[in-house]
Amino acid sequence: MSGAPAIEAVDLVKRFGDFTAVDGVSFSVPEGTVFSMLGPNGAGKTTTVRMMTTLSRPTSGTGRVAGLDVVRDADAVRQRMGLTAQSATVDELLTGRENLRLVGDLYGLDRPTVRRVADELLERFSLDEAGDKVVKEYSGGMRRRLDLAASLVATPPVLFLDEPTTGLDPRSRVELWGVLRDLVRDGTTLFLTTQYLDEADQLADRIVVVDHGRVIADGTPLELKDRSGRASLVVAVSRGDEVRAAEEIVRSEVGELHVDPDARRITAPAEGVAALTRIAARLDEAGIELDDIGLQRPSLDDVFLHLTGHRAEETADAPAAVPAEAEEAVR
Amino acid sequence: MTTAQEHFHAVHTTAGRPNPARQVWALVRRNLTHIKRQPEMLTDVTIQPVMFVLLFAFVFGGSIAIPGVDYKEWLLPGIMAQTMTFSAFIVAIGLNTDLGKGIVDRFRSLPIGRSSVVVARSVSSIIHSMIGIVVMSVTGLFVGWGIHEGVLRGLAGYGLLVLFGFAMIWVGILFGSALRSVEAVQGVMFTTVFPITFLSNAFARTDVMPDWLRFLAEWNPISALVQALRELWGNDGIPLREGAALPLQHPVLTTVIWAVGLSAVLAPLAVRAFVARTND
Ligand SMILES: Nc1ncnc2c1ncn2[C@@H]1O[C@H](COP(=O)(O)OP(=O)(O)O)[C@@H](O)[C@H]1O
Ligand SMILES: [Mg+2]
Repeated sequence: MSGAPAIEAVDLVKRFGDFTAVDGVSFSVPEGTVFSMLGPNGAGKTTTVRMMTTLSRPTSGTGRVAGLDVVRDADAVRQRMGLTAQSATVDELLTGRENLRLVGDLYGLDRPTVRRVADELLERFSLDEAGDKVVKEYSGGMRRRLDLAASLVATPPVLFLDEPTTGLDPRSRVELWGVLRDLVRDGTTLFLTTQYLDEADQLADRIVVVDHGRVIADGTPLELKDRSGRASLVVAVSRGDEVRAAEEIVRSEVGELHVDPDARRITAPAEGVAALTRIAARLDEAGIELDDIGLQRPSLDDVFLHLTGHRAEETADAPAAVPAEAEEAVR
Repeated sequence: MTTAQEHFHAVHTTAGRPNPARQVWALVRRNLTHIKRQPEMLTDVTIQPVMFVLLFAFVFGGSIAIPGVDYKEWLLPGIMAQTMTFSAFIVAIGLNTDLGKGIVDRFRSLPIGRSSVVVARSVSSIIHSMIGIVVMSVTGLFVGWGIHEGVLRGLAGYGLLVLFGFAMIWVGILFGSALRSVEAVQGVMFTTVFPITFLSNAFARTDVMPDWLRFLAEWNPISALVQALRELWGNDGIPLREGAALPLQHPVLTTVIWAVGLSAVLAPLAVRAFVARTND
């Protein structure tokens, strides 16, 4: 089935009562690639994953996995995809090994295969020593790995991961990225949601940015970062009553900026190191005390600020002005 | 292509075909493993009913019993029926816990029968309750209870208990699916199912009850089960009231009718509640 996309959504909509959680989302993921859906809390990522993995019925629109309709051919879809949901779905009272064997039994793999696959997965995810401990005693990272292992028991060609690294410490995160890269190398198609641009950046071939249930941008990681305007300049003022004065100075050097009075932070698109030095010197001259000043790589926040005109964590109303390029991406 | 991939493709081609019986068995084993790892889950069918036996037999017994009749022997079928009724609790709490943890989503994302999770939960809950019935029987033997009408009638009594337990499962699936938290399940069921088991002939004679109470108690499905057990096992030292309501005159038949009837009414509601809960 080369050529046909491994995962495809056309105009997916999900309404809960009169609230629209997913509002016409479309995407297409070629076989063997990594696709990432990036968006803040409440953007509709989990709802999208649930529809694509047959757990929730779309209000309208179509989802296809391995060419099969997620509603009409739900059973066939379930045989071809694995899901690592956002909240852990392993059984806390079973051991790691029992969890994997349970999944193998449910798939109907023959018994010797169930045993072998469970042992192999435990080893592959560095859980062989903990394999006979109950999951309750596992760390967050171990649970995540076991959850992922459970999704791989029947080696599905398509794998959905809903925020696989949220809540993990940095080391476990990097380890998990390694595991995901191995899967991709072995030919698995990945659909991965995340709140972190750097995660999408590390793993994805293509990203869609979603907010309020809509796709607001779409492209390769590089394209998105370019669009969101390289790095930003961040000035953290020590004293609240000096924020205004600092804001005046920064504004005279750069155009648009964002002020967060509570955090006493001023953020502006960076115009290079020269601008940074100039601003630092002028703030110093004015006797404004700083906690910090520097350049920051673009974060999800910056992408958001740029694309939507509001911060990711604000539950602002629908963006007043969606940039033209994002509008195009929706089509 | 790496060796890992070759291996995994090999596995994929040997991937078995989903088998409903095996799915249910795997899930029952999982539920029973929970009991093994958390034996305190069994207190509801062990310590609690034993406490009731002691409480009623030795504390209230004197005021309820008729002189010369062994109240303990008469009481035991009542407590067994109550224990079986609480299957509803066991199903509801087990199912609700799973739903709350998202593990049902894991199961539903696998190519398994829609009903496997519920069927397995029902079977393991019946096993759970039967452990309680065994404990009650042994406790009974210690306090002087016994089956006096032979093996066949003895087994028929246990059969009726299981049948009634299956009807209670639907109540459990309904409450477990419809309510949003384990606390809610406990609260609602404790204030409904628990009193209903007392509004019966399980602990007290109906002939001394006020009219309205006697009416409720004699038409209570639990009373039919209790009366059937007492007759089947020869534990009816306190005779049935003259002119008792019709169901108690034919308790075995009535229990079967109640079990089948309750299932017929509750099953569609329970399935609807479960499907509604697991879609979206
Ligand atoms: N079952 C539901 N009923 C009502 N609203 C829901 C339900 N599930 C999700 N939502 C709402 O839909 C929106 C998107 O949620 P979700 O898909 O979980 O977002 P994300 O995964 O991106 O954080 C949120 O506002 C959430 O409150
Ligand atoms: Mg989510």
